Amino acid sequence: MSAFNAIGEEREIDRDEFTPEIEPQATWCPGCGDFGVLKALKQAMPEVGRTPEETLLVTGIGCSGKLSSYFKSYGFHSIHGRALPVARAAKMANPDLEVIAAGGDGDGYGIGGNHFMHTARENHDMTYIVFDNEIFGLTKGQTSPTSPKGHKSKTQPHGSAKQPIRPLSLALTSGASYVARTAAVNPNQAKEILTEAMEHDGFAHVDFLTQCPTWNKDAKQYVPYIDVQDSDDYDFDITDRGEASEMMQKAENALYEGEVLTGRFYHDEDRPSYQEEKQATGDMPEEPLAERYFDDDYEWERSYDLLERHK
Amino acid sequence: MTDDELIWRIAGGSGDGIDSTSQNFAKALMRSGLNVFTHRHYPSRIRGGHTYVEIRAKDEPVKSRGDNYNFLLALGDSFARNPQEEAYYGNEEIKPLTENLDELREGGVIVYDSGLLDASEIENFDERAEENDWHVYDLDLRGLAKEHGREVMRNTAGVGATAALLDMDLEHIKGLMSDAMSGDVLEANIQILEEAYESVNEDYEHTHDLRAPTGTQDEEQVLVSGSHGIAYGSLDEGCRFISGYPMTPWTDVFTIMTQHLPEMGGISEQVEDEIAAASLAIGASHAGAKAMSGSSGGGFALMSEPLGLAEMTETPIVLVESMRAGGSTGMPTKPEQGDLEHVLYTSQGDSNRVVFAPGDAAECYRQTRKAFEIAYEYQIPSIVIYDQKLSGGHQTVPEEVFDQEPNPDIGSVTTEQDLEEAVQEAGRFKRYMYDDEGERGGVSPRSIPGQKGGNFLASGNEHNEVGHISEDPDNRVLQMNRRMSKLESIRDELAENADHQTVYGPEDAEYGILSWGSTKGVVEEAVDVLNEQGHSVKAMNVSDMMPFAKDEVTAFLESVDEALVVEMNATAQFRRHVQGQLGRFGEKLYSLLKYDGNPFEPREVVSGFESRIGGEADLSQYNVRIESATGD
Ligand SMILES: Cc1ncc(C[n+]2csc(CCOP(=O)(O)OP(=O)(O)O)c2C)c(N)n1
Ligand code: SF4
Repeated sequence: MSAFNAIGEEREIDRDEFTPEIEPQATWCPGCGDFGVLKALKQAMPEVGRTPEETLLVTGIGCSGKLSSYFKSYGFHSIHGRALPVARAAKMANPDLEVIAAGGDGDGYGIGGNHFMHTARENHDMTYIVFDNEIFGLTKGQTSPTSPKGHKSKTQPHGSAKQPIRPLSLALTSGASYVARTAAVNPNQAKEILTEAMEHDGFAHVDFLTQCPTWNKDAKQYVPYIDVQDSDDYDFDITDRGEASEMMQKAENALYEGEVLTGRFYHDEDRPSYQEEKQATGDMPEEPLAERYFDDDYEWERSYDLLERHK
Repeated sequence: MTDDELIWRIAGGSGDGIDSTSQNFAKALMRSGLNVFTHRHYPSRIRGGHTYVEIRAKDEPVKSRGDNYNFLLALGDSFARNPQEEAYYGNEEIKPLTENLDELREGGVIVYDSGLLDASEIENFDERAEENDWHVYDLDLRGLAKEHGREVMRNTAGVGATAALLDMDLEHIKGLMSDAMSGDVLEANIQILEEAYESVNEDYEHTHDLRAPTGTQDEEQVLVSGSHGIAYGSLDEGCRFISGYPMTPWTDVFTIMTQHLPEMGGISEQVEDEIAAASLAIGASHAGAKAMSGSSGGGFALMSEPLGLAEMTETPIVLVESMRAGGSTGMPTKPEQGDLEHVLYTSQGDSNRVVFAPGDAAECYRQTRKAFEIAYEYQIPSIVIYDQKLSGGHQTVPEEVFDQEPNPDIGSVTTEQDLEEAVQEAGRFKRYMYDDEGERGGVSPRSIPGQKGGNFLASGNEHNEVGHISEDPDNRVLQMNRRMSKLESIRDELAENADHQTVYGPEDAEYGILSWGSTKGVVEEAVDVLNEQGHSVKAMNVSDMMPFAKDEVTAFLESVDEALVVEMNATAQFRRHVQGQLGRFGEKLYSLLKYDGNPFEPREVVSGFESRIGGEADLSQYNVRIESATGD
């Protein structure tokens, strides 16, 4: 008996299934890069072959966090910076779910930075999409952790004195086993990368460059992208940590000099996911925990059997 | 202060094995048919530093620590310190003896390890002993242990000496030792035990009268802490997911759960911080597991926002709040009941959560089960709040308390068959359906990710019936009213199905004592003493903090002329909660407050009552304060 019949259903999947029938009025501004993420994600789902009902999309708070409102699946619009801890526990409770977490650069690299580091370290089998628009969108244009040094905003009127976060390098050093960067204006690559990220068996981090025409008018998101995989100038082995790290640093330096490098930066297919590691130590059941509550035949152990040590 | 009870105090350096030794000795007393209650005094240091464990054993039920104690086993502190440390802390080595003398009863017995302690270093020791009629036995416990094994076994020698002086049979102690160890170690320990026993009987003349009380308890008992009660209640209620971050004393529950979850097919996760911990519990529960998390004051503060998220998304979780003395990081190893308001009101907006405050280990078990049941039935976070005293103190509990069926029911969750017929809107499930007639007690249907036909959006933002973010005023009012109405439904259910408030003492008593949580036992002991002394007093211990047990507390307060409210904090949080919830009784209520880091002793409650109601009593010798209520 399965309690979750939607899981593993094999059939043709249409990307329109992921559109709510009555689409809530999208509150994103015209021209916002977030539309690109939504579209790429909907296009990737049929490729991955997962239905809306076996998919759980957990988002943080921000314009980016609204993704779960416009994407029809099981969704969880959580709190600022906390999408990852919610998502990874859902994955642990039911590893059969396709779990995706998403949020902004403020959400993921600022307030949720600690969770980012630790979720990557644990290498949970999930995909994390960060809408990187180098700005706080929803709260009206404050400096974000990826805003360039010198960036002026209402909260940093004299220009930010801080170096921006290096999300790709941070993901790699923290332990993510798949790291890529794509961009809303590059829909084909975005779809491919999201597909690959979801198919990857481990923590896949996608730094998704999105333009915010409302608050970040002169950002370099409009500059043409270079796909590192397509260009002869960048030859490196994405399975090699050292080479990947070097390429990431190149990309991170270049971004603020007006050159936008995107593509796959790191892919480690050998590292076991957290779930596999935890099962190997005997700390996690083989069967999904969530199934058990629907299984009438399951024998529940009692604390009474533990009392021997208290006598 | 009768001697029909043994209150045995073992004192030494923190890290000297005092804990395990006292656990075993307490069990030996329990096996001889006595009721037992333990109290652990910790310094906030990892190794070294003076510490003791007190074991109170009696044939009658024991519900708290006693007034003072009557047997001291002073082992000495074996952790050598450098001169600077000594200048700062003083000579720790002799502290196990010196620090404990003030509380030793007249006629009490002292056994000290002359291998480590030199009583002649202590000022006026002999005079004090004579004055108080203390019976002092000096034994080279360390020497004896060294001879047969290792120095650490001097604890065993101390237990052997205790048994001889109290006329105890060694059988139970030996039995416990062979449960815990084997081979050479066991043999050496048994030898030391017996030799100490014999040498005391042969070489020392017994000048004291104190003997171990005779136990007649024939019911099977187990020695457990409140934390065991909470952990076992969770396991029996089908909780198979816990996430946490260490913080004293919450770590007790976290550790016990972690020890058992993997073998029971569950998952325990130590995570990066408490925000993550609570968020993981939410994620696991959302995906269909029974989940818990918890912390102590500061860590619970970090859970404030996820707690609100659980309320708003109606994701069931159970959080444990194990109180220690605050504010801020306060006194990590000392009990206090200072987080009540924190737990009742933390998080933004109009809060809607369930809060239970169990009063003893058995209540910890039962109320934790109820907390899960309510959380999952009503899709609301439940909090179990208790304190360091109840967390670590062990007490004998009838085994049958734990002899209950497990309840793996996931609560109000829709099946896939039901989902086929369920109300949908625009291809989404009406997860947050209005409860127009109040038929479902405010509870809306819930689906779990992976279920066919159940997709919805859970959002911490205000949302409509399918979960989409909405700022529509009518929807807002309907959703708010539905969520808030759950508390009334829960109150009704608790009134019918739970018996969380306990009343103790003569029904027609003139005066009352009101308490909450772990002060239950000490108040009941005080009630016995007060009635014996000719007062007319009864007590009520309240556990249902939210929804508050309005009817029961009202009935109790109406039946008495005045009531003393006893709690371990400085600002009378519980008394103010009672007044706030009931909107009356201000003129009848007086607070007895203690917040020095130590739990109440019965005599403090007795004197507190007498100072206020029964006439006069001198409170100046205690760290307690009387305060009258304001308003009505
Ligand atoms: C604890 C907390 N702090 C602050 C906020 C306010 N807040 C909402 S979204 C946001 C920043 C959003 O920026 P980003 O994550 O980059 O997402 P974007 O809107 O650009 O997509 C902030 C500060 C909040 N909701 N919660
Ligand atoms: S503020 Fe910026 S990020 Fe937010 S919706 Fe508008 S364009 Fe997009």
